Amino acid sequence: MLRHAAHRLASRAAVAGRRALSTAGVPAQAAEDSAFVEAWKKVAPNIEAPKTPMTLMQPRPPTPAAIPTKLTINFVLPYKSEIANKEVDMVIVPATTGQMGVLPGHVSTIAELKPGVLSVHEGNDVTKYFVSSGFAFVHANSIADIVAVEAVPLDQIDPSLVQKGLTEFTAKLGSASTDLEKAEAQIGVDVHSALNAALTG
Amino acid sequence: MAMAALRREGRRILLSTPSPAAAMAARSPAVSQPEIAPHGARSISTQVVRNRMKSVKNIQKITKAMKMVAASKLRAVQIRTENSRGLWQPFTALLGDAPSVDVNKNVIVAITSDKGLCGGINSTSVKVSKALHKLTSGPEKESKYVILGEKGKVQLIRDSRKSIEMTVSELQKNPINYTQTAVLADDILKNVEFDALRLVFNKFHSVISFKPTMTTILSPEVMEKETESGGKVGDLDSYEIEGGETKSEILQNLTEFQFSCVLYNAALENACSELGARMSAMDSSSRNAGDMLDRLTLTYNRTRQASITTELIEIISGASALEG
Repeated sequence: MLRHAAHRLASRAAVAGRRALSTAGVPAQAAEDSAFVEAWKKVAPNIEAPKTPMTLMQPRPPTPAAIPTKLTINFVLPYKSEIANKEVDMVIVPATTGQMGVLPGHVSTIAELKPGVLSVHEGNDVTKYFVSSGFAFVHANSIADIVAVEAVPLDQIDPSLVQKGLTEFTAKLGSASTDLEKAEAQIGVDVHSALNAALTG
Repeated sequence: MAMAALRREGRRILLSTPSPAAAMAARSPAVSQPEIAPHGARSISTQVVRNRMKSVKNIQKITKAMKMVAASKLRAVQIRTENSRGLWQPFTALLGDAPSVDVNKNVIVAITSDKGLCGGINSTSVKVSKALHKLTSGPEKESKYVILGEKGKVQLIRDSRKSIEMTVSELQKNPINYTQTAVLADDILKNVEFDALRLVFNKFHSVISFKPTMTTILSPEVMEKETESGGKVGDLDSYEIEGGETKSEILQNLTEFQFSCVLYNAALENACSELGARMSAMDSSSRNAGDMLDRLTLTYNRTRQASITTELIEIISGASALEG
């Protein structure tokens, strides 16, 4: 009966054809935590142990002996993966200490990002995004992960709105009374001045 | 119902008294006995079967509609879920995963749905959470629940009321977006003390397959301890910290960011699983209603034909009695 249901649902959805039934790209890797599974079996032998993220991820390549020629980057946002596993020459991230360039063979780093411009250099192409904030991890195997909360390509930013926002938040900063208001206004000023700098610089 | 139908037929005197007939009808409503009526009245118990057929047909229509609604909502949410899948992978690549970590304060965050009629996914999440609670409780260890969603709250409040730290409902009133989950994550992190957070949700693999999944997030202090002692968290020490902040400050920010990203992905996956489970539950219920309708139609036709045959027999025997 369940098999019938599954088969009928599958065939019906295949006929409808608008969307793939199963979401691809999650092969089960056997990198399970055996200690956890053992402990689970002792406590709840009848229930299958829940899956853990390590089993659902593609394993990352190990650190190569020689420095590779290209950097592989993953640039993810909550609502999409902007760049996934792309090989590039260099990427410049707006870390809190300033613009940080990452080349293949860079030392492993964790960097917190501040609002600024992220540029990806591939041969002669440069793609620039304005990033609101997030984190950048550079791993030893020349893979860089950039997780940002919001990012837009620079050509989609409207300069007049930036100016308006900057004046508005500067005014709010001046008139802020509580710490919370001051902090919010300060954040607004920082982001808008960074936007301004990104557009002009 | 049989009594009202009897009254409607007029003042026909029935040989069999109404109460045994009603009792028999109540016991086996699908099989109705033809009433013996001395004045040649057509049997009235087809009314019972007809009413039942009407209500089953209505239920079938409703469940079909619910399935269509769930299917259309699923299409939209599935796209967003797939787009958000890249969000948690960098964190697992950096920090590893330590589900068997041994800490004193465990908090189990279970994501469930608010609405019902979605099959067994909420019960599975609650079962897994309860088993985790047993796994992580001990002489000095304690574990608490944070429940997102009404269905989980209802099930867990029955026997683990004291261990529930916080409940949140109406997650899906507005479509799930990152800002909302970030605020929620902030709320949880502020109000709940934890050494390890275990997030339990149903991961969406396909329309008919949802697997319970558990993500572990360690607090910054535990993370530092684990990296120093080696273990599964790997070589966090080998990473340089860019900027003037200390390692513990960065770890604090990192933990909070990781929790909000993972919670966003988990909420979307659970919403997808809920819609998929509702689709298959409503599909099997429409099919059951269809089967029931077929059986009732057969019974109805049999009853109708039997009463017609009885009438014919009476007429013919009456006619032959007159002749002969």
